[in-house]
Order: sequence, then structure tokens, then C-alpha cells
Amino acid sequence: MSAPLTAGVASGTELPEQVYRVTRADLVRYAGASGDFNPIHWSDRVATGVGLPGVIAHGMFTMALAGRAVTAWSGDPAALVEYQVRFGRPVVVPDDEEGTEVTVRGTVAALLDDGRARVDLAVTSGGEKVLSLARAVVRLP
Amino acid sequence: MTLDRELVGRSYPPSPVYEVGRAKIAEFAAAIGADDPVHRDAVAARAAGHPDVIAPPTFAIVVTLEAATAVLTDPDVSLDYSRVVHGEQRFTHHRPIRAGDRLVATTTIEAVRSVAGNDLLTTRVDLATEDGEPVCSATSMLVARGAA
Repeated sequence: MSAPLTAGVASGTELPEQVYRVTRADLVRYAGASGDFNPIHWSDRVATGVGLPGVIAHGMFTMALAGRAVTAWSGDPAALVEYQVRFGRPVVVPDDEEGTEVTVRGTVAALLDDGRARVDLAVTSGGEKVLSLARAVVRLP
Repeated sequence: MTLDRELVGRSYPPSPVYEVGRAKIAEFAAAIGADDPVHRDAVAARAAGHPDVIAPPTFAIVVTLEAATAVLTDPDVSLDYSRVVHGEQRFTHHRPIRAGDRLVATTTIEAVRSVAGNDLLTTRVDLATEDGEPVCSATSMLVARGAA
């Protein structure tokens, strides 16, 4: 968590980069919490059977992590009023202690009406972009 | 297999009420590593101006995923689910979802497209309280990959 934002947010302001580690255990926990038990998120047998390289993270889990990077910056989860992503490439999560990493960078792309800002996100794993058109609209304090 | 364009605009009956619980919000927040106390501590949430603990922004998927099965089980919607992946997701929050909310979901098919042999199905789920206060709109685009 960070201190709430004060004045000084401008177009081009960069959010602190966040790196999140993702392991199989995280996917199991997310499956239970979200109710999405699609076996491609926990079974290598099923994942490879449908042509994936292995078990992949829920797209919605990756979206949630990227959302954390925005709320960590804004200091207020209620301030994220619009949020959209396109799932470009799957996040493959190996069955080991290290798992993989998801890196989230963000930039204030525009200041909007009513004290809101649009934040554009760049979300990568293993050096590849995993989300595209990832955008959040945040109400500034 | 191509989706019928006549499906666009089709709406499904409102879902049964989903009652949002504090424990479910805390469980979801823990699963995504969201450690802000407003997700698990009602006192902290009230101090931040909310009537009770609030859900992280993507929590709405817990409610909308279930509601969207109305579309997926519609016999007129012929998708090969073994080839379906989540293409896009968008949330518009009118206010945060919070513990104690009694939410009703209304699902509508927004768009049907065919691109490069893939079927694209866009559905919108509107969440409102039982009393009709709008809370969140969630738009999901599913891609059914055409046979390679």
C-alpha cells in the first residue's frame, strides 16, 4: 500500500512498477475464491491436451494483479471506476516453487473530466506482453 | 459453426439474488493478494467512508460468471466450449460492491462476430441491488477458436 495520491498527477506520470510472483498454489487459491475451476488452470494433462504449453493462470487472476498495481498507486480500491483488458497471451505457470512473475507498469495516459485519470497498463510475463489494451480509469482524490 | 446475429440484444431473466458476504470478499482479496484493510476490516472500511467492507474491483466476476451461464446454456448459442477462451473483460463500477449487498444480475448478448474463423461472443452482465440501484456492469468477450 502507498500513501494516498496528492496533487501532481499529470499525463505521463508513471506508476511504480510492480512484480508479482505467481505459483500453482496461487492458481488453486484463486480457483476456489473465484469459482472458476476450469482444469486448464490446474491440470497439465488437460492444458496440454487442448494445445497449451502447460497450466496457465486465469486471465482474471492476471487482471486482478494488474488492478492491484493501480490501487497500490491510487491508495484507494474504490477509486478504480472503469477497468478493461484484452487477454493477449497466456501466463504459463510451471509446477515448481518459483512459478513465474507478472510485471505491471502503468502510465497516466490522460487526465479526464471530473478529476479522473486514465491509466494505461503494460503487463508482461517472461518478457512477453500478456495483456493488451489494458486501461483503468481512476478517480483522483 | 457461426453464431446467429439474431442473438444480439437477447436478454435473460434476472438471476436469483446473490448476497455478498464479508468472508467471501476477504477470501477473494486474499487470493489476489489485495491487502488493503478495506477488504477485511469493517472499521477500516467505515473510516474510508463505506458502509461495510468493499470488494476488490474484479470481484464482480464471481457474481457475473455464474449469471453468464444463462447464455452458455442457451440452446440457441452454439459454441464449442472446449475451444473457448476469455478474450476481453471490462468493468464499469457505479460504486464498489460491498458486504451485505443483495445483487441481481441481468445478462444481455451485446455482440456476435466472426473473425478469421473464430466466433466472438460479447455479453454484458448488469449488477444492481434488489432495490434497483446500479452497482456494476461487466462486459466479457469470449472467443471460440475455429478448428485449426
